Amino acid sequence: MLPDDAAAAVPRAASTSFADYLGVHHPGLLPSNRTLGPVTGSTDASHLAPHATTIVSLTFPGGVLMAGDRRATMGNVIASRHIEKVFPADRSSVLGIAGSAGIGLDLTRLFQVELEHYEKIEATMMSLDGKANRLAAMVRQNLPMAMQGLAVVPLFAGFDADRHVGRLFSFDVTGGRYEEHEHHSVGSGSVFARGALKKLWNPRLDEASAVRVAVEALYDAADDDSATGGPDAVRSLWPVVYVVDAAGARRVPERELEAVAHAIIDARSAAGREA
Amino acid sequence: MTQQFYVSPEQLMKDRADFARKGIGRGRSVVVMSCRDGIALVAENPSPSLHKLGEIYDRIAFAAVGKYNEFESLRQAGVRYADVRGYSYAREDVTARGLASVYAQSLGAVFTAESKPFEVELVVAEVGHSQDADHLYRLTFDGSIADESGFVVMGGAADVVVEALRGTFSADLALPGAVRAAARALRNGGPAGTNGTTGTTGTNGTAGEGDRTGAPALDPSVLEVAFLERDPDTLRGSRRAFRRIGGPELENLLQQEQDI
Repeated sequence: MLPDDAAAAVPRAASTSFADYLGVHHPGLLPSNRTLGPVTGSTDASHLAPHATTIVSLTFPGGVLMAGDRRATMGNVIASRHIEKVFPADRSSVLGIAGSAGIGLDLTRLFQVELEHYEKIEATMMSLDGKANRLAAMVRQNLPMAMQGLAVVPLFAGFDADRHVGRLFSFDVTGGRYEEHEHHSVGSGSVFARGALKKLWNPRLDEASAVRVAVEALYDAADDDSATGGPDAVRSLWPVVYVVDAAGARRVPERELEAVAHAIIDARSAAGREA
Repeated sequence: MTQQFYVSPEQLMKDRADFARKGIGRGRSVVVMSCRDGIALVAENPSPSLHKLGEIYDRIAFAAVGKYNEFESLRQAGVRYADVRGYSYAREDVTARGLASVYAQSLGAVFTAESKPFEVELVVAEVGHSQDADHLYRLTFDGSIADESGFVVMGGAADVVVEALRGTFSADLALPGAVRAAARALRNGGPAGTNGTTGTTGTNGTAGEGDRTGAPALDPSVLEVAFLERDPDTLRGSRRAFRRIGGPELENLLQQEQDI
């Protein structure tokens, strides 16, 4: 047993969390410490900043995939056609953000530094469950802002090196963490995307067909949700897709996505149906 | 009531410096070498998990000799400094120069104000996009800082290792070649008796010949090796230049020397 004073010194030295360190020494830098004042029933800041919308994610044997459309909206205005909502968190995991875009981007940056910081201090990678729990804690810290309309709901996917499978986690604004199976979607277009995923997903997908299923689900979401952008052939803007497998996380190249998007558009034009 | 004896500041500082130097002199050596493909960091270190070399940031690494708990706390503080700076400004605003001057201040403050100086010597290395832009900052226990070029050797038998390395060092070396040169110099310069060589060989040619007949091959199990790669983006698609070399990869790399 450690003596009392030593026991007190250990946790001080052993803090491996970048966010905790910021909270103690530079609290102003934490995204969750920016508040809009006391929460009242009438405060709603949701119209103030762009919103990112649909993220889809699905597993396939040996990995997991995440895709996001490129649209951000402010009310009924398209704020951006180029926004990216899916990011690598570290070498073997990715996260996508739906909700208040600015806060989501800050959260992503903090989470990326958090994982890298842990890796450098500890000289080892954090477990996938550990990463999901850290992200849940960060989402929870944003709860006061979420109450004022600036909610962020991430989707987290990574490759579990111990179990050798891709895994998928969703979160709610209170920091609830839920492991999802097979596939999941978040954001305003998610109801439509999830319907598509239910019909298109099967346990034997390979990577290429998983990419196609994800893009098709985003297409369906964009079809019915005005806040979700579809493939933009005029500007050559395609969804952002990341694949995570045993080799790590990598972004699917634009030209592959272009081919997939064109194939889907062509197939739907050929079908000639209304809905 | 006992009277405090007068000790002159010169004597006090000299005693502290001697104390720190003695502590550092007991440790095994570390070589940090800038070369064509990046910066090679090679340490004599029998432990596979207690590192003397570490990553600080995208293009910055840390190497140390001396007391483990002291330099490890400095490394962690460096990681915190770099991460906070990169997070609050931008990743490219984290520089080895900034980090080295923070280290210099902390070491200097501990040396003059605390009851015991840190028994450590550090190198903060930053790999640039060209060799001219490489930085090797060497920091000693009293907070002195030196901007070195080429290579740095720290630790117990530093002088001997420097001598051994002077013949083989070349700025045109690729990373594996630099690691082999550093490992060879460490072995030849290491404490007598651990490596079987007589320690009198000056140039690499004679050392190589001597080794092949009597001395054991370069032993990867007592080496800790890391690279700072010059172009991690093109090589591995990562902005992080630091990479550890160990296990079979290191054995392979050292094996190549025997074949040449």
